[in-house]
Amino acid sequence: MIVAKLIDTTLCIGCKACEVACQEWNDQEYTMGTFDGSYQTKPELEANFWNLIKFNEFEKDGATSWLMSKYQCMHCADAGCLAACPAPGAIVPLANGTIDFVHENCIGCGYCITGCPFDVPRLNATTKKAYKCTLCSDRTAVGLEPACIKTCPTNCLNFGERDELLHLAETRAGELKADGFADAGVYNPQGVGGTNVLYVLKHASEPEKYGLPKDPVIPWTVSLWKGPMKWMGTLMFWGTVFGAFFHFVIYGPQDPEKHGHPEDPSDKS
Amino acid sequence: MPKESSRREFLKRSAKGAAVGGATAVTVPTAVAENSPATLKTANTTKTNSICPYCAVGCSVVVHTIGDKSRNVKPAIVHIEGDPDSPINRGTLCSKGASLEEFVQSDRRLTTVQHRAAGSREWKRMSWAEAVPKMARFIKDSRDKGFEAEDPQGRTVNRLKNIAMIGGCTDTNEINYLLSKFRFGLGMVAYENQSRL
Repeated sequence: MIVAKLIDTTLCIGCKACEVACQEWNDQEYTMGTFDGSYQTKPELEANFWNLIKFNEFEKDGATSWLMSKYQCMHCADAGCLAACPAPGAIVPLANGTIDFVHENCIGCGYCITGCPFDVPRLNATTKKAYKCTLCSDRTAVGLEPACIKTCPTNCLNFGERDELLHLAETRAGELKADGFADAGVYNPQGVGGTNVLYVLKHASEPEKYGLPKDPVIPWTVSLWKGPMKWMGTLMFWGTVFGAFFHFVIYGPQDPEKHGHPEDPSDKS
Repeated sequence: MPKESSRREFLKRSAKGAAVGGATAVTVPTAVAENSPATLKTANTTKTNSICPYCAVGCSVVVHTIGDKSRNVKPAIVHIEGDPDSPINRGTLCSKGASLEEFVQSDRRLTTVQHRAAGSREWKRMSWAEAVPKMARFIKDSRDKGFEAEDPQGRTVNRLKNIAMIGGCTDTNEINYLLSKFRFGLGMVAYENQSRL
């Protein structure tokens, strides 16, 4: 069963309970930031701050409003971090669709950050390991919902089987359309094979307004590096090894006493 | 140097090189792991129901503690979350309620009586043994001074106007019941609370 989160951005009131619940459950210490004129807790995600409510300012007809969005790991079906990760077992796709980081195996190279189309993983400067939302894999393993979902007081966050949530999201988008939001829709980008974090957006044709990429794909550099470049590198390595070996077996070593170096002045033979 | 030995050495070296190179160049495919319940923070905790001490909604919370049944271990709170069985909040909590664990464990939390004497600028620590009789004395003196059995028209009022009480929804039902009883017993009329929010 693939599980998913559904975030109905139209119901979010920006209370940030999910941020606090995430910090509490994962025993993460809050690092004080600076006030930069926004209601947002932080401008960006951090290695010890995995869930950020974005207060995206939106202006229409001279009136400013907020387009709330919850910014965390999207748990993509075709995950860019997993594609880019060179350390075996550091990024593990769980049977329920969660992309989990196993920090014992993380080598701290930061390639997952490059590979992520949503710019989610963060490197801890002290431990030199990458961190992100785990979809509370310890909680979901025993049938509990993630901490953020449990605490949400407005029912903006939903958790459950992905297919059911997709249906719920479509229903909700339909309701919004009937209420006069013609552009309402579901955010489930196909460029990464669909995400296990779904959004209902009022302005579905412009997800950039919510801080979400319009058409996220795994960077071509990652596919190139993990694809053709890797095969070529392996081929060149083994080619060199076998080439040198067979050259030695067939022709033997170079004998300096026999051939000598004509350009070497000390060689008088 | 005999040719034979150098060739053997070369073969040895190339075998070593191939082993190291093979280890780095071949990536083990990442397996899809089963989701296993390794360590759930609240797996072996004692669950105690309580009430969030912040606003007038009075959300129910579950306090997860470990070690409180052991004789020689200092109990610790590991997690506080919304009570899913409560009809008030149905398991949810706001950002303040969700941070209760830190509220309880904060080193800045007041755990003793603080007393500021009349005219003093300093708060001083006071024990409950000292504070309770002191408060009782103040209440008794004020009540003796200000109690009105009858109003100027001669009607029985039995009221006390020079003491006020502040109660709150942040207390439990039991505490508020006792507070009300105490207030009516003394005849206090000035009463303020947050429950009408």
